[in-house]
Order: sequence, then structure tokens, then C-alpha cells
Amino acid sequence: MAIQQLTIFVENKKGKLVEITKMLAENGINMRALSIADTRDFGILRLIVDDIQKALVVLAENGVMVKITDVVAAELPHKPGSLNATLTVLADAGVNVEYLYAFLSSKGQGAYVVLRVADNAAAEKVLNEAGYRTLSMDDEMEF
Amino acid sequence: MSQRYYQKELETMPRAQIRALQEEKLIKQVKHVYEHVPYYRDLMDRKGVKPEDIKTLDDIQKLPFISKYDLRDTYPYGMLAVPLKDCVRIQSTSGTTGKRVIAYYTQHDVDLWEDCCARAITAAGGTAEDIVQVAYGYGLFTGGFGLHGGSHKVGALTLPMSSGNTDRQIQFIQDLKATVLCCTPSYAAYIGEAMKEKGIKPEENTLKAGIFGAEPWTEEMRRDIEKSLGIKAYDIYGLTETSGPGVAFECEEQHGMHINEDHFYAEIIDPETGEVLPEGSEGELVFTSLDKEAFPLLRYRTRDLCVLTSEPCSCGRTFIRMKKPKGRSDDMLIIRGVNVFPSQIETVLLNEGYAPNYRIEIDRVNNTDTLDVYVELTPERFADTVSEIDKMERELAGAITNILGIHPVIHLVAPKSIQRSEGKAVRVIDRRKLHD
Repeated sequence: MAIQQLTIFVENKKGKLVEITKMLAENGINMRALSIADTRDFGILRLIVDDIQKALVVLAENGVMVKITDVVAAELPHKPGSLNATLTVLADAGVNVEYLYAFLSSKGQGAYVVLRVADNAAAEKVLNEAGYRTLSMDDEMEF
Repeated sequence: MSQRYYQKELETMPRAQIRALQEEKLIKQVKHVYEHVPYYRDLMDRKGVKPEDIKTLDDIQKLPFISKYDLRDTYPYGMLAVPLKDCVRIQSTSGTTGKRVIAYYTQHDVDLWEDCCARAITAAGGTAEDIVQVAYGYGLFTGGFGLHGGSHKVGALTLPMSSGNTDRQIQFIQDLKATVLCCTPSYAAYIGEAMKEKGIKPEENTLKAGIFGAEPWTEEMRRDIEKSLGIKAYDIYGLTETSGPGVAFECEEQHGMHINEDHFYAEIIDPETGEVLPEGSEGELVFTSLDKEAFPLLRYRTRDLCVLTSEPCSCGRTFIRMKKPKGRSDDMLIIRGVNVFPSQIETVLLNEGYAPNYRIEIDRVNNTDTLDVYVELTPERFADTVSEIDKMERELAGAITNILGIHPVIHLVAPKSIQRSEGKAVRVIDRRKLHD
């Protein structure tokens, strides 16, 4: 069920991030969500985009180190306390979250949280049982 | 039909005969140098040695050593042993470790050098049927012209590519169907990598052998190059001071390099005391040119640490073999009091599955040496979490610590972000200011 995220290695040097955003911009790729983790030497850019295959080809052809990672995306009500409630469900079930980021739906009132966990299927089961809807790539247009 | 030797009689001469030939040449050479090189004559006089004191090969131990410092002091013509009008060529070192060394050659010296290279090409299976792509730099550097001349002597079709322009190198390998590649090992690795990127499989090129030298490389790197280019990789050794590549070369056994002993006499000495060590001991390699005319160095200290063996080799050559030098003794770094050769770090990287592209940076912070190793992350290993990449860095640091005894800081960087070299790779940046 999980959705696909682009994971991109970005050197921690001036101008490196803009090189990547430029490639995406020039190829008309729309970013729906992003997060970046930074360390002393490099950053890891994580993106949800509208056309992941095209983005992958564009980046790889330009020598960018990029890969696809499956992540869980769950729909949340856009109101105070809802992320806390979701994380509580996961914590109670013993699911460890490696990283997460969130974005608002471009259409409805909902919000989405993207979760990187060790076992996507198990995490989705916990969320679904608690009444959360999780997204698949088919739901893409809905974001 | 592959020919085994370029000069069979010389290459397979019984050892007693080799020694007799060396003795005869040495006696003549010492006289030649004493008469024509005032600088060396002074060194001998100060030691109280006269040419007539050199009666046997063992008497060589009476002679003074020459080091790169002597060459620096006599730059550019102080070691010349023939009239300048008899010289036809110069070659030179890169000068990266001090002042450049100028080597001069008479036609006889060029021929002798090219014969040595021809022996190396023949030992690697090269014949007149072959197409030899010479991707060593041409110019002052001895690599290009040495192998070029050797390839001519063998009668192979010689492609004088020089280094660089990797796309063109690959195009020539593919279109002209080159069979033997000659370049530095780091450039061979780079060509292999570039071919892979173009989707050319190792079995899809016509190369069968490579002759790689001019910089230290490891067995692991050899295996990598052999795999990526689908060839057998042969080591070749030499230095500008002795003529260039071809002083020693590998045969199909790939088990030590045969020294061309009819032209060069090798000794292993204790680098501290200068004492000659018995065969099989590790020490500094010292060469004497037995029959070069223009630039005949006697007992030149190479700073290369290695071991010699005269045990018979199944290839039939009787020339003594030298092990791959561990590293030039001035490549050795002393970090926190520990001796470190960059090749040791390279071995760990390859064993751990990383590419042999790395940069070592050494600095001194608060009177403590720091060792930073920059290594390219491979796409296969690229993880999406910081913790995973941290873990890889810690594991690699641990593996290096196990070998060196000192702890490095590992920096994983993007593929291709470490500068590639088309000649000798610059892998070490030492920022310590140890002298004011």
C-alpha cells in the first residue's frame, strides 16, 4: 500500500540543493512534500513528487545519487492534537518512527503525515485498525 | 602464438652468469662515473674509495649512496657523465616531492630503456600482433614515452593516446580494438568505471592485458581493475632516476616484479644505518645503473620499501624479483606517532566494498593530529536515513582503526565528487605545519 518517496543525497556545499531543484523545475516536476535531514557533510532530501519516474530519470541522468523509498502516508484531520493522537497509536503498538514529515492536502481539509518505519505493512495495519486511512500510489491525485 | 620473452638469452641467463655480467659492468661503470662526474668523484674521494677498489660485485658496498638530495644539489646538469652533445633526450619527474629531477639519455640509454619496456610488454603477452594503447602522460613524465618505445620495439601497433580525454580513450579501445592498455592504475580504474557507466561490459572490449605503474597500488585494486576491464593487470616499476618504467616488470605469475638485472643492480638496505641486508629482508631499495651512459646513478636510494627474492620463477626468467613496494618511504605519513601508508587505507576501503577513490586529510588541532578520510558513497549503499549512513561511517572507521591503530573520521561523500586523476592520484593533503 505504501507510497513512494524520492531520497536524494545532497552534499553539504553551496549551490548543491539548488542544482537539484533546478533540474526538477526545468522538467516541470511538482513537489508535494519535502523534508531534509542535514549532517556535517551531507543532507538527505526526501520528496514526494507528482511524477516520480520522470523525476528519478532526470536526477539519475544528471549524476545525482537518488533512490526510491517506500513510506507510509496517513490521512489526518487538520486540527490540534491529531498528530499527537496518531503518534500515540504507533507508540502504543511499539512502532518506531525513523523520521516523519507532514503536509496539507491541496484539495480538502485534511493533512497527511509521511512516516518512515521499519515495517510498512505492520505500521499500516496499526493505523488502519485505529481508523486512519493510509494512501497508496493510486491515491496520488488526491493529495 | 604468444612469445614468452623479448630477449630470451638475457632474461633466462643462469644466476652465476648474471652476477658475472653485473660485476664486469659495475667495474667499468664506476670508472666511467669517477672520471666524468666530479660530484660523485668527490663523494668517493671523501670516503677514500678509488675505482680500482671495486673488483667484485660485493665491493659495491664501499661506494657512497646517492639520494634525491644529491640530485637536487646537482640540478640540472651536475650528474651528467657524457658531453651534452651526446645526449638526445631528457625526461623529468613531476617535482611534487621537491625539486624536479632531470634525467638525460644518450641514444644507447633510450634503447636500453625501451628494451626494458619491451620485455615488460612481452611478459604481459604483447606481440607484434597487438594494439597497445598508451594512456600514460606523454611529455616530461617517463610513463608515456617509455611504454611507447617498448611497444615499438615489440612491433605492436602503438596508440599514443597520452592520458586524459576518457571518452576518446574508450572510443579508441572500442573502435581500434586495442588489446593492451598502459596507464597508471588509478586511471585504469577510472576508465573501467567510465566504461561501466556507458554500459560496456568487461567482456565487450578487446583488451586482454594492462601494464600499470608509476604509483603504489594494492592487490585489491588489481582485482578490481581486472574485473572491471576484463583483463589481466601487470605491474611495472621504475623511476625517472633510473630511466623510467621497466626497471622491473611482472610476468604471468603476477608474483613479484623481475628486475632487469643486466642493466640495474638492486640492493636492500636498512634505511637507518645504510647497511646492506640479506635477501628476503624488508628494507629500502637501492639501484645502480650498470650501463647507462648519460645519467648513471650509483647506489641511488629509491626510498621504496620492499623485499627481494631470487627464488626460481615458473616463467623461466632468472632475474631477481622485487615485491610490490609497500609505499615509497616518503609516502609514509606519521600520524599521532604511527606510520601510515595510504595504501593501507585503500586496502580497507576495497575490502569493505567502497571504491578506491578517497582523499586523506591530515591536520593538527590543539597539538593532536587529525585524520579525515573522504570516501565516496556507492549508490548500492545509499540509505535514506542519517542513522544508517552514520552507522556505515562508524563501521568503516572501526575497520581502519583495526589496521592502522589510529582512529579516522570518515566522511561519506557523493559518487564522483572526489577528483579523479588522469596521472598520479593526489590522495593525501597534509595541512600540518610541522616546520616554521
